[in-house]
Order: sequence, then C-alpha cells, then structure tokens
Amino acid sequence: MVDQKTGEIKSIAGPLVIAKDMRGCEMYEVVRVGREGLMGETIKLIGDLAYIQVYEDTTGLRPGEDVIRTGAPVSVELGPGIITNFYDGIQRPLLGIKDQAGDYITRGINVPGLDPERKWDFIPTVKNGDEVVEGDIIGEVQESKVIVHKIMVPPGVHGRVLEIKSGSFTVDEAIAIIDAGGERRELTMKQRWPVRIGRHFKEKLDPEVPLLTGQRIYDTFFPIAKGGTAAIPGGFGTGKTVSQHQLAKWADSQVVVYVGCGERGNEMTEVLLTFPDLDDPSTGEKLMERSALIANTSNMPVAAREASIYTGVTIAEYYRDMGYDVALMADSTSRWAEALREISGRLEEMPGEEGFPAYLGTRLADFYERAGRVVTLGREKRFGSVSIIGAVSPPGGDFSEPVAQNTLRVVTAFWALDTNLADRRHFPAINWLTSYSLYLDFVKAWYDKNIDKEFQALRGEMMALLEKEAELQEIVQLVGQDALPESDRALLEVTRVIREDYLQQHAYHEIDSYCSKEKQYLMLKIITRFYQEVKKAIDAGIVTSRITAMKVKDEIARMKYTPNPDFPKRHEELIRSIEREFEALRNQG
Amino acid sequence: MKKMPKDIKAREYRSVTQVAGPLMIVEGVEEVAYGELVYIRSPEGDNRMGQVLESQENVAVVQVFEGTRGLDTDQTRVRFSGDIMRISLSKEILGRSFDGLGRPIDGGPEIIPEARLPITGAAINPTARAYPNEFIQTGISTIDGMNTLVRGQKLPIFSGSGLPHNELAAQIARQATVLGSEEPFSVIFAAMGITHEEANFFMNSFESTGALERIVSFINLADDPAIERIITPRMALTAAEFLAFNYDTHVLVILTDMTNYCEALREVSSAREEVPGRRGYPGYMYTDLATNYERAGRIIGKKGSITQMPIVSMPDDDITHPVPDLTGYITEGQFVLSRELHRKGIYPPVDVLPSLSRLMNEGIGEDRTRADHLGVSDQCYSAYAEGRDVRSLVAVVGEEALSERDRLNLRFADIFEERFVYQGVDENRTIEQTLDLGWELLSMLPEGELKRIDEKYIKQYYKRGS
Repeated sequence: MVDQKTGEIKSIAGPLVIAKDMRGCEMYEVVRVGREGLMGETIKLIGDLAYIQVYEDTTGLRPGEDVIRTGAPVSVELGPGIITNFYDGIQRPLLGIKDQAGDYITRGINVPGLDPERKWDFIPTVKNGDEVVEGDIIGEVQESKVIVHKIMVPPGVHGRVLEIKSGSFTVDEAIAIIDAGGERRELTMKQRWPVRIGRHFKEKLDPEVPLLTGQRIYDTFFPIAKGGTAAIPGGFGTGKTVSQHQLAKWADSQVVVYVGCGERGNEMTEVLLTFPDLDDPSTGEKLMERSALIANTSNMPVAAREASIYTGVTIAEYYRDMGYDVALMADSTSRWAEALREISGRLEEMPGEEGFPAYLGTRLADFYERAGRVVTLGREKRFGSVSIIGAVSPPGGDFSEPVAQNTLRVVTAFWALDTNLADRRHFPAINWLTSYSLYLDFVKAWYDKNIDKEFQALRGEMMALLEKEAELQEIVQLVGQDALPESDRALLEVTRVIREDYLQQHAYHEIDSYCSKEKQYLMLKIITRFYQEVKKAIDAGIVTSRITAMKVKDEIARMKYTPNPDFPKRHEELIRSIEREFEALRNQG
Repeated sequence: MKKMPKDIKAREYRSVTQVAGPLMIVEGVEEVAYGELVYIRSPEGDNRMGQVLESQENVAVVQVFEGTRGLDTDQTRVRFSGDIMRISLSKEILGRSFDGLGRPIDGGPEIIPEARLPITGAAINPTARAYPNEFIQTGISTIDGMNTLVRGQKLPIFSGSGLPHNELAAQIARQATVLGSEEPFSVIFAAMGITHEEANFFMNSFESTGALERIVSFINLADDPAIERIITPRMALTAAEFLAFNYDTHVLVILTDMTNYCEALREVSSAREEVPGRRGYPGYMYTDLATNYERAGRIIGKKGSITQMPIVSMPDDDITHPVPDLTGYITEGQFVLSRELHRKGIYPPVDVLPSLSRLMNEGIGEDRTRADHLGVSDQCYSAYAEGRDVRSLVAVVGEEALSERDRLNLRFADIFEERFVYQGVDENRTIEQTLDLGWELLSMLPEGELKRIDEKYIKQYYKRGS
C-alpha cells in the first residue's frame, strides 16, 4: 500500500468542500472526505487548496477533518454483473445499499459495482500461445439469459497467452496470464475505466442503420440511426418519461442503459418494477435481461447526479466494445446541467446564460459525441454502437433556454414535445412540424432495402399533407371551415386520419405499444389509399360531410389495434373495404 | 422556550462580526459542523435558532430562522449545539399544533420524545419504494374521474390569488377515503406564510368533521419570521414519515403555500450573494424542492404511506413561473385551477385540460375503480378539449360557421363544466356516480365518436338516444 496522502478540510458549503495541504492532487481525482470517508472528486486546484465536489450529503462535516487522496480518477468497474443491475450515480448497486442501510440511502456506504463474491462460468475462446491485442475477446460469460458477456483484453495490453483458464471464477480471480513483452500479466474479468474519458475504438462509421423503435412517429417520420443522437425536449406533462420508457422497451438495440438523472423516485421504481416483467419482442425474454439501470433521483446528492450520465455512457461504451448495439437513455440532461450549474455557482465561477457555466455547451457536446457506430478495438472486425437519447426539461416548456439550445447544436434528431398536443392527449406529443431528423438520408438505403423503396416516398407525401394542414388550420382559425373549398375540407379529413390513426400511438395498449416496420408500411399504404380515394370522390363531386360519415373511417381508426403478425391480412381487408365503400359512395352519386 | 440539550459538547461564542439580512457571521469558532444547529441569545435576552450554512476553519455563516432584528455584533451570544436540527416525535403529536420550528403553540405540554429525528431526511432507496397504486376516493369528479389520486402520490394544486384552493384542499382532506379500508389515517398540515384567516379556515374545516385528533399542524403565518419557512415543511414531513412508517398510518400532508417557501429560499440565497437562476431564485431550487417533495411515497413492507398535496400559488396565474414549473417537474402531476371557471361560478374550478395525474393508470380499472374508467376519462377529456377549441373558434367566426360535430362538442364542453366539474363544497360523489355521470354526458355524442373507449364498455354503458 502506498502511503496515504492526506489533506484537511478547510471549509464546507453544500456539496462543495475545500481542502488544504492537497498539493500534488490531480484534477478529477477521487478523494475520501471526513471521518465517514465520503466520496468526492476534485474539480478545481489553487496552490495547495483542492475544491472537492462531494457525492454524498455533507451535513455534519467539520473543518479539520481528514481528506484522503486515492490517486485515481472517478472510474467504474466493468465486467460481468452490470446487466440487470440497478446502480446509483457512482455505480453503487442500490440493492447492496439497501442491504447495508435499509430503506433510506444514508452516507458513507461502500459497495463495489461488481459483486466480488459471485462466480461466473468463464468459457475461453483463445488457446495458449495465441497472440492477443487490446480489445480482443479471450472468453465469454453468460451474463444474463440473453447477454453473452465478452471478456476483452484491457486497453494497452498485448502479448502472447501463456495460460488461459476455464471454469468458475469471481471477477477478481485471474482467468488468463499473458506475456506482455516479457512481463507476466494476469487478466481478470474486471476492468476499470475513468468515466470522464471515452473508451477507445478503431474507427467511427456513418450512421447508416436505423435504430428501429416500433414507434411510428420516430421510425417513419424522424428516425434515429444506430450510433446516433436524439433529444426529446418538453415541458412537464408532455410525456418525456413515457417516451423514454417506450424507447427503452422497444428500440432494437441489444443492450439498454437507462439513466434516471435527477428524476422522480417513483419513476425509477416503475422502471425497476416493469422492466423485469416486460417481454422483449426481440429475444422472448424479459427486458431486464439486457438492461442496466442507473438512478440518481432528484433528492439524491447533486454531485453524484453530475457523474451519473458519465457512468452510464461508460457502461454503454463497454458493451459497444463487445460488438453490441447499445441504447442509452438519459432522463433528463437538464437535471444534469442544473447539477453542473449548482457546482459552478459554489465555485463562484462567472456565470453564462441563466446562471449556467460558460462550458455547458462543451460539456454537452462531449457527452453526445460519445455516441457512435464504431469498429471496435481488437484484431477481429467488430461493429458496435452507442445511441444516445437525451430528454431535456426546459423551464416553462420554453426551448430557447440554454440547455435545450446547446443540445440542439449537437444532436442530429430532434423530437420536440408539444404542450398543446399533450393537453389534447395526442401522444406521443411529438410536434411533427418542429421536429426533425438529419438521419433520413443516411438510412434511406436501408429503408429501401429492408422495408420498401416506396416507404420514404409515402412518408414524404404524409408530411406534405401535414404541412398543408397547418396552413389550412390558420385559415380556419380566421374564417371558419365553411370558407374552405371542398377539396381542402376533404384534405383536413385525411390529415385527421393521419394524426389520430397513425401518429397517435397508445403506449399502454398491449398491441399498439409496438408497431413493426412492416405494419408501419402497410398502415401508410392504407392511409395513402384512403387519400387517393378521397381525392377521386371529391373530383366526382361528393361532399366532404359524406366522407366524414363513412364507416370505413372507424375501421381505419381501429387498425392500430390489429396485432403485427395479423396485419398483412387486415391490410388487404381494409383496402377492399375502402374500395368498396368509396365505390358505393360514387354510385350513389 | 425550547430547552437546550445538556449532554452535548456545546461551544458558546460572542464573536458575531456581521449581521446581514437573515445571515450572521461568527468568527473565531472551532470545528463547526456544516448544517449544525445553533442557539442564539440576543442582547435583549430572547432565544432564537439558526443553522450553519457554511463552515470554514474559524468562520461560520449562520442562517437565523427567527430573523436577525435586535441582534448585534457585540452582546449577541451564539452557541453551537454539536448536533443537527431534529424534531421530537411521539404518537402524542396527533391533534397538536406547533409553530414553524416545531414548538407547541396550543398551550399543551412539550412532546416527550419517543424519537428525535433529523429533519432533513434521507432519500428513499428507489429499490425500497413500493409503487403507488391504491385509489383514493376524494368524492370530487374532476379528481376521481379525470385525474385520480393514489396513496403515496405527490400531487400539487396550482392556483392563483383569490381562487378557492384552500376550500378544495380542505374538501379533499375531509372526504378522502380508500374504498374498503379502515386503516389509520391522519392529516399533517404545514402552513408557510399564509394569513391568519386561511389558517383558521383550515382548522375550522377540520374541526367541523370532528377529526381534530388526527390532525397535526405546523403553522408559520404571514407575520411569522420568513426564514422559518425553510424548516416548516421539513418538520412536517419528518413527522409524516414517523407516523407513516413507525405507526402504519396513511398520512396526507398539505403544504401551503410553497411559493412562500421558495421566496424564503430566495431571500437566503440573495443574502449569500449566490449566482441567481431564473427570476432570482437560486440555481439549486429544483434539488431543494425535490428533497421535500420526494419524501412522499410508500415503502415495501411498510403499511403506511405519505401522500402530499402542496399548494402552489402561481404569481400572475403564470404556470411557467419557476415555482410551479419546477414543482411540476418533480411532482406526479398537478391540479390546475382556472380563473375563468371560477368566474363562471363553477366550484371546484379544476381545469382538467392542463391537470394531470401521472399515477392514475396504476390506480384505476378493474378491481380498483371500474374497468371502463380509463376509456371514460380519455373520451371525456378529448371531447371537452375539442369543445374548448370550438369555443375559442366561435368567438371569431360565430356559431353558424360550425359543423354539426363542432356544435356537439361545444355543447358537450358546456354541459361537462356545468354538471361534471361543478359540485358542492360538501358534495361527496362515489366513483360509480362520477363514472355514470361521465357516461350520461358521453351519451350526447354519436356512438362512432367514442373512439377511445373499448366497444364492450360502449355496449354496456352507452345510453342510446339520450
């Protein structure tokens, strides 16, 4: 053990502690503060003074108490046992905390991120004598029912395998010995990685593969790519959290990392209760079998909230390195930014906009830039991706505030939640006029190949109709519906169908909650067909009110409740119904 | 006055060097703990309490709860208690009244403590929380039918000056029951900066139901020291946790008015010359509010629960004001009162459109309320929303320009307000009555319009030809 370097508390104000005699301490080094050894991190150094943000409640600390340096930056433990786990912002398992401290989270609790007792069945995939480099997979562990955890050679290590074991081991036991340029190195299943530094990879790729979510508004209208970034901003009650949950449940990523950053305790409990029960359409197992959860609720210490999204993204990158597609949900980045603001305020830094520090934009960009689809380290060519979907909670629902604006500058898909739509119970309340996705062109080739060449064209047509509707609505607001020509009134009927029967999707309905890409395509075709028939009918001199009264509209309205596998049949029936009823309408004259 | 605990290492100083606003700076101190409770004796000889906001090697910044008037930099004595702030609790607090700092004001004896708990409380481990799902029947249609309250929820009332939020909160406190449950129930009432009349109104209202023995009140009136308000909700919530989790009680906590609480926070913040966030409120207000609101909930294996109903008055009826805004981000929904409905003479003037209960879906449906509940609520909501849209349209284009459908929705909106929203201050509707009333109104609309309700319920409840 190296001699422990120790300083002394000089002052305490909220989560910020200033310690003296700290010369030689590094920025972002982890320190243990006070008698209880509260975890903290240095965020500013002046002479021999270190400014420390403490990850736990500081009440009761006194000047003069010890501050012990650890010499290491804030890191997470990476290895088997992360999936299905439920962590706080600094990777302490919440169930472990509960075992030690009971129903409340008290201070000074130390629980390792990976259970040191638990044994895992390690199956080697290399032999003695094999040459390995950093990122190479040397073995596998069945971590959960669906996730095979790949044990990788840690960064910076390469050499020849002297010995590789097989059998049951804890994360701290050696599973391989490597001759690294004459030096014997024991490898375990555990790695450590500092959370503020992105994990390395070989090459970043273009985001060409969509991350399908089963949600029509995203997949059809504003897709996100694997390795992409998206932001969901919205005022309270607009359904940010439900949207995030839906994405976590249904997105076709293999691993989900869900970061509840400064949000409600009950919401995290809901995640905790529903994920282990939710059937996962892609694996047939429960969703929890491929998820890791990080919760730092709003009443937990503010500095740990700041760390929580880095903990989350580091875990996501680690699974990416194994070759998985990982989706990271961060709810909400605004709370993270507020934590940044609080600490910055305590440091008495010169504030930028609305009290946020001037480096808010850079920090946000740093974070989102850790998304991407990459070729991983290792000799074998593996692809993996981290997609980041961040919720933003702008004060008063006003998107002009700094967090929303800085986020917009760095994300590629923007899903704007709209209070008016939410008030009308139009869910998901994504405004189709203000939202955008720059991935549309990137993923076009994939859509053409895997759904249909026509798909994006149909999408474009729908979008044009919705644009037109917005214009018409303005006129209606001024002069009333009667002033519109018959063709425009009919168009409003069609856009109503698009809005209510396509864009609205019921998150809690067992069938509508997930809509396959095939079903989306066929639904689009049905609506397009309806639109064409409406046009024909209007040309034939039929008045809109008769179209409004059509029975087939009710059928279209209920089509979203037809299960995905039955839909092709339903599609044909519906197309026939549409044709039949319109023909009858025209025949009546 | 509160006696000072004897068995602690207390240090007394007379070295106050600065008094400014609610703050006092004491120098030459040793090893003062952050958050330590401080007893202050003014030159006049009266005792006050304070708390350490910042502790340096030999300087302590102390926030004085009862105000700094009369303190000086010469004779004032400051005594650091060596402990953080605690409240003495026992089952005897039921039926008692305390001031904002937890001292009895009803002439009764001091509480003989069964426990002395720190008032800051710790965060409930999310893995220890039980998800709230027990329906609370308040007897108010707009709440039970449209924005259902469940045990362990935190659901604020967003109101404005002159609106009957107190009447509504008192009615909820009087009428709230969990169907088929006879478990112990109590109300904790925390008043922050409200007027004497308002406090009396609540007390009389509780008294009229003969339920005073299950009420605990913590009262800080408008003319009481403002800084004390920072402590009041914490006192109340610590008492609530004690009753809920030590005595299996279902506790409803009414906090009024959180806007006054936030103003006290702002006062301290500006006295400390902190960088302000929006409208001068401190940047940490979200976290601070969350440490109060998040103390609602249920815990696995414990019988009791804490349901919170904070009242937030929105300055200028502005829902984007930082206090309602941050509150809305933390709480599980909100009831929004509407001045327009109030002017029309509709009580309770709950505007169901911006109102929301996030935990509603868990608390309703078969076995809880009735299987058709969600459908009825969604459908009433959407028809009412459309009707309201039409209403604003009528103002521009006149009723003649409306389509038949619009006209129906408009009529629905009017009748919905008159019959569903409107009810008496003492009218206690069962959930059955509320839902049946919903169906009665929905039956005005053509069957084909009821897209949000499952067909089987339409068959069962829809009244043709009404």
